[in-house]
Amino acid sequence: MNNWKKKDLLGLEDLTAEEIKLILDTSSVFKEISTRPIKKVPTLRGQTVVSLFFEISTRTRTSFELAAKRLSADVVSIASDSSSTLKGETLKDTARNIEAMKVDAIIVRHSCVGAPHILAKLIEPSVINAGDGAHEHPTQALLDLFTIREKKGRIKGLKVSIIGDIAHSRVARSDIWGLKKMGAEVTVCGPRTLMPPFIENFGVKKTNVLDEALRDADVLIFLRMQLERQTSNLFPSLREYRATFGVDKEKLKIAGKDVLIMHPGPINRGIELSPDIADGKYSVILDQVTNGIAVRMAVLYLLLGREG
Amino acid sequence: MELKDIRVIMDHLAIDRALKRISHEILERNKDTHDLVIIGIRNKGAYLACRLASYIKQIEKSKLPVGILDITLYRDDLTAISRQPIMRKTEINFSIDDKKIVVVDDVLFTGRTIRCAMDALVDFGRPRNIQLAILIDRGHRELPIRADYVGKNVPTSLKEIIEVKLTEVDSIDQVIVGENKGDE
Amino acid sequence: MGLLIKGAKVIDVKQNISDYLDVFVKKGKIVDIKKSISAPKTTKVLEAKGKILTAGLIDMHTHLREPGREDEETFFTASKAALKGGFTSLVAMANTEPPADNQGVIEFVYSESKKQSPVNIFCIGAVTMSLKGENLADLADLKGAGAVAFSDDGHCIKDSHIARRAFEYAKMLNRVIISHCEDTDLSAGACVNECWTSTKLGFRGIPAQSESIMVARDIQLAKLTGARVHFAHVSCRESVDLIREAKKEKIAVTCETCPHYFTFSDEVVNTFNTNFKVKPPLRSLQDIKAIKRGLADGTIDCIVTDHAPHTEAEKDVEFEYAPFGMIGLQTALGISIRELVKTKVLTLEDLIKKFTVAPAIILNLKKGSLEIGSDADITIFEPETKWTFTKKDIESKSKNSPFIGEELIGRVSEVIIGGKLFLKRGQIRSYHLPA
Repeated sequence: MNNWKKKDLLGLEDLTAEEIKLILDTSSVFKEISTRPIKKVPTLRGQTVVSLFFEISTRTRTSFELAAKRLSADVVSIASDSSSTLKGETLKDTARNIEAMKVDAIIVRHSCVGAPHILAKLIEPSVINAGDGAHEHPTQALLDLFTIREKKGRIKGLKVSIIGDIAHSRVARSDIWGLKKMGAEVTVCGPRTLMPPFIENFGVKKTNVLDEALRDADVLIFLRMQLERQTSNLFPSLREYRATFGVDKEKLKIAGKDVLIMHPGPINRGIELSPDIADGKYSVILDQVTNGIAVRMAVLYLLLGREG
Repeated sequence: MELKDIRVIMDHLAIDRALKRISHEILERNKDTHDLVIIGIRNKGAYLACRLASYIKQIEKSKLPVGILDITLYRDDLTAISRQPIMRKTEINFSIDDKKIVVVDDVLFTGRTIRCAMDALVDFGRPRNIQLAILIDRGHRELPIRADYVGKNVPTSLKEIIEVKLTEVDSIDQVIVGENKGDE
Repeated sequence: MGLLIKGAKVIDVKQNISDYLDVFVKKGKIVDIKKSISAPKTTKVLEAKGKILTAGLIDMHTHLREPGREDEETFFTASKAALKGGFTSLVAMANTEPPADNQGVIEFVYSESKKQSPVNIFCIGAVTMSLKGENLADLADLKGAGAVAFSDDGHCIKDSHIARRAFEYAKMLNRVIISHCEDTDLSAGACVNECWTSTKLGFRGIPAQSESIMVARDIQLAKLTGARVHFAHVSCRESVDLIREAKKEKIAVTCETCPHYFTFSDEVVNTFNTNFKVKPPLRSLQDIKAIKRGLADGTIDCIVTDHAPHTEAEKDVEFEYAPFGMIGLQTALGISIRELVKTKVLTLEDLIKKFTVAPAIILNLKKGSLEIGSDADITIFEPETKWTFTKKDIESKSKNSPFIGEELIGRVSEVIIGGKLFLKRGQIRSYHLPA
C-alpha cells in the first residue's frame, strides 16, 4: 500500500528508510512520463501549487514548476524580489494570505533555518522545503539518492564522499541523512574552516585530506564553493582551494571503479572539479537534473494524494 | 477483503475456453494482425493480455506486441491514490500511432477504469481504433462504455463483489462472486 | 496599626535565621521577629502557616523598557509580574530608548516608576554614551541622579582601553560595573550555542569562548584597576572556572546567572521556538552542571532573571530574525526551587541568599534582610506547591517565556512592600500610589 501519511516534506531527518524508498520507487514511474511525447498526466488536475522563493534560484524553482505542470496542477511562482515581504509583511502573514487563496501545496525556499517548519505547523496546505538556510534541501538529496540507485543498483554499502563547504551546505546535510538511512558509508571532506564542529555525530567520517575521500569511493558529491566565502576569511583563496580540494582526472585515479561524479549545481568549472570530469564519462550531473523532475513529481503526488 | 456466500462462476477450464474464444474473435474481427497490439491494464488485465497474445501466437503464428498500462495517474479521484497499491510503471515500448489496440481488463463494472485507460492511451499517441476485451462484464455502467469481447456476462447486485483469481498471482484460475463480509 | 504575620518559617540569611517565628511590621518597618508575638487588637493579622517568609526578593538584572518601548513593557506591567514572582525590588538596565546615559533618563525612571509601581525600581546607568563603547558617560552625574551601578548590558565594551578607564572611574565613584561579556567577532551572525544541535540545523554557533574571552579580559582589568566588576548572565563552564580562580586570588569580582542557564540545554532549539533564543545562548548539559556547581560553591553569587520583554509580533518570526531575550519575573522562584532545591544543589536558605543578601551587597542596597528597623519588604511563598505556568498567568505585556507549560515548584502567596500588602493569596490587591 501507498503508506505516505505526512502532510509536509521538510527534511530527510524525519523520514524513515521506508518512506525514502517509497519516494524513490514512485519516482521511477514518473521518470517514464518525461520520455513520452505528451509529458503530462492529469493526476493533480485542479490542484494549485504555489512556489514561494525568498532566495534566488532558477533551477530548483523551474524543476518544481515543471514537475507540478507535468502533473497538470496549476502553478504560481512568487520570487522574493516581487514579494510583499519587501513591504514588511512577515513570513507568516505572507503564507496565511496565500493559504486564504485555497492552495494545495506551497514550496518554500528561505534563507532562514526552520522557516518551512514554522509554516508547516501554521497552514493547512502541504509545505515542501526547497531549501532553508544551511539546514535541509530534501528534494535535492532524494534526487541524489535516486540517481545513485539508478546507476549503481543500490545505495547500501556504497562509499560516498561529499567534498566541499560542508558547514554552509544544506545539500550536504540532507544527503548525509538520506545516505545514512539507506545504509551508505559517508565521508565528508573539506577545509577545516568549513567543517562544522560535532559533524561526526551524524555517523560520518571526516577528513581534510582529499585523497582519503577519493580512495575507492563509489560516489563523489561535489559541493559548490561559494565565492563569497572567500571574503569572510574562511579560506585564503580559490587558487588554494583548487590546489588542495579541487579534483581532476589525475586525482580521480584512486577513486573506485565507475565512480559517479555528482554535483547539485551550478558548477564552478575548474574550481571544485575540472571541466573534463564535469563533462566526462563518470559524470551524472545532467542525469541529476532529469531525475530532479521525476522526484519532485513523486513528492507532489504522494503529498497531495495522501490519506486524510 | 473477506467475502461470504461465495459462488464459483468460472473454473480454470471455463476461463481457458473463454480466452481462446476471445482470441479467435479478435482475429476474426481484425482480419490481419500486422497493426494489432494488445495492452493490458495493471494488474490482472496485464496477465490476461499476455495469455491472449500467446493464444493468438498459437493460432496465427504471429507475435503481437504486448503493453502494460498503469492507470493510477489518470484516476478521477485523487483521494483514492493513497488507497491504491503502489503504482508501477506503464510499459509500452512501441509506438501506438495508427495501431489497432485491444485493451484488456479482468472485470468491466462502472466503466471508469476504461475511461482512464483511453485518456492515457490518447496521451501516448493516436491509435487507429481502441477495442475492449474483458473477462467478466458485471453490468452497472456509469459511463457509455461497452466491451467488444466478453468472456462471460454476470448480472450482479451492487452488494456483490466479483474477484478474478489468476495462477500468475493467486495460484488458481477461478472467478468467484460473493458479498463483502464487512457489510453486515 | 501594624501587621502581624504568624506561623511562617522565617528565613533571613543575613541574621542566620531559619525558624518558625512571628514577624511584626509597623509604619513600613520591621519591628520585631520572635516566637509568638502578641500584638494589640487593632493589628491586622496575616496567617502564614506552612509558608516561607523571607526578605523581599531582589532582581538585579531586568529590562523594563521604559522609556521608549512601552509596547513591550511598562513599569506598571513589570511591577505586576514582579509581585506575582515575589520580587519587591527590581534593578533596571540602561539600554532603554533613549538609553540611561544621562541624568534626565535616570530621573525619569525613578519618578515615573514611583507613579506606576509599588515595587522598588532602581536604575543602572550606562557606562558609555549610547552604549557604543566609545565615550564614557558622565558617570558621576549618573551616580548623582541615583544610578546604583553602571552597565552597557546588551553590548560589550570592545575596546580594552576604554573598559580599563571605565573600571577605574567607577572605582572612584564606588560603584560596581556590570559587564556583559561577548566577543562580537566570535558571535557575529550567530544565534545559538555552537554545538551538535547548531551543526545539525545548519546554524552558525556562538562558541563559549565568545563569553569566556571577555570574562578573562575583564578579570585582568579588574585586577589591574582594583575595580569591582560583576559579570552578567554567566552561561558556560569556562566563565565559571575563570571567576572561581579569580575569587581565589581575591580579585573583586562577582557574578550572576539566570534560571534558563541551569534549566534548558541547547537542544531545545530543535523546536525553533524563539522564546529559547537568548544572549548568551543556552548551552550544553555540561555547562548546566558547571553552573549548578558554581551556585553551590559560591562562585556564582546571585540569580537574576534578565527579564527581556519582546512583543509577540517581534518574536513570531523566523528564528534568525527574532530578537534575543525572554521574560522571567514570574517563573524565577518556581524554576529555581525545582532545579536547585529539589535536586539538592542548594538548600532553600542558600537559594534565598542568591535572591536577597547577595544582590543587596553587590549593589550596596539597604534591602535583602529582615533586620529590625529595615524596610518591611517581605515575600511569603508556599515552597512545595506544584503549579503549571500558562500563558494566561503572564502579567507582563510581552509573552515571550519558554516556561509556558512547565510545572514549577513553589508559589508566591503574599508580597509586602514598605509594610503594605500588595499581593494576597497570589492575587494582586488593588492599590493607589501617591501621585
